[in-house]
Amino acid sequence: MGVKEGKGPQARWFDKILQDDYYGEKTFEKAESKLLKNSITMAIEKAGLKKQTIDVMLTGDLLNQLMSSSYMARDVSIPYLGLYGACSTMTESILLASVLVDGGFCTHTVAGASSHFATAERQFRMPLEHGNQRPPQAQWTATAAGAVTISQSLGRTDKPLCCITHGTVGRVVDPGITDTNFMGAAMAPAAFDTIRAHLTDTGRKSSDYDLILTGDLGRVGKKILLDLALKKSSQDEKDESVFRHFRKVYEDCGAIMYEDCQDTHAGGSGCGCSASIFAGRIVKEMRAGKYKRVLLVSTGALISTISKQQGETVPGIAHAVTVEVM
Amino acid sequence: MDALMELLKVFVTGGLICVIGQILLDTTNLTAPRILVIYVVAGGLLTALGWYQPIVDFGGSGATVPLTGFGYTLVKGALEGLKKEGILGVITGGLKSSAAGISVALVFGYIIALIFNPKAKD
Repeated sequence: MGVKEGKGPQARWFDKILQDDYYGEKTFEKAESKLLKNSITMAIEKAGLKKQTIDVMLTGDLLNQLMSSSYMARDVSIPYLGLYGACSTMTESILLASVLVDGGFCTHTVAGASSHFATAERQFRMPLEHGNQRPPQAQWTATAAGAVTISQSLGRTDKPLCCITHGTVGRVVDPGITDTNFMGAAMAPAAFDTIRAHLTDTGRKSSDYDLILTGDLGRVGKKILLDLALKKSSQDEKDESVFRHFRKVYEDCGAIMYEDCQDTHAGGSGCGCSASIFAGRIVKEMRAGKYKRVLLVSTGALISTISKQQGETVPGIAHAVTVEVM
Repeated sequence: MDALMELLKVFVTGGLICVIGQILLDTTNLTAPRILVIYVVAGGLLTALGWYQPIVDFGGSGATVPLTGFGYTLVKGALEGLKKEGILGVITGGLKSSAAGISVALVFGYIIALIFNPKAKD
């Protein structure tokens, strides 16, 4: 985790907090790559595995041509598949790794994602030196990386293990937002669509989950999603039954990443946001018995540097995975 | 007293120009770079129409230092170039009159880039 995240309310859950956002490297990009590398190495070590036994790792980040991930993969020399799902990358990687393991193609896999405030800001918004003003709906790209190992079996462990039991691949939903600072609004309808598809497919209700956690809608996007759920529930009886008690089990990683006084405006964003809170906090809480069944829904705004300049709208996407304690 | 009055005029003029920019930032989806470009073009257009010179006469550097002032310098230089050197002067005049500003931006930008590294905001 970065310096700012280390001063936030989630700090005690994280395994490593940086003293400096450069992480001893020459560039922010190298720092992000190192962050992801350490996160993956730690995930492998914690599972009691060796990196030679990992069949494949699936990771992604926000940078052009997946710079952080690819350079990390060069350094760790584990077979590598790079993924881009904007900030939805964590559930995209978990989902695909689970499929590879479940299909019998792999025994041990690693899924992860990273983001860095300084690298994302430079690429998608303005150079840091510019000192740009941030509007109130803007979110703060978290400097963070998270990784999990997904294996067929780890044998006997002293604490219960988490298992991926379901996955829902999301559709791209574009609510027509052109303001690239307003990502919460761009992603909330996609999150709603995926959650509804998931609950409908599995025949479950939101109350069947102890926690439904979206990735980085932030405080504004979280409110939009809650409003959407409320509105659809009032229009449709089926939605009403599925989304009853949604408010009680729903939370957003971006909304809880920082304190209000940290001046991030609408909260956190970035692949690392849901990756770190899921891998750092939720998995630990699940293994300690706090939650039995969690739906993780990482959300992504599929903007590119070009689409933004050409005035295109911001399409949203969200993928969901069900995690259960076994 | 005169000096104070002048300071006040400069402050109010520059401040008003910046307030317009802030209103644009807060109420529209325009990004900062687009507003900067709009400011340069607006300064140039107003100068060409003869409306910016009175603002400069009143507000001095309050009107020339904000980015509209860059448009003003460009167009003023082009108009002077036209008078002195004809049509070629239109092309060279703008850059001639703004040469000092551009050179300072380039040289100091280069020096600052050599000395400092960007930091993540707190």
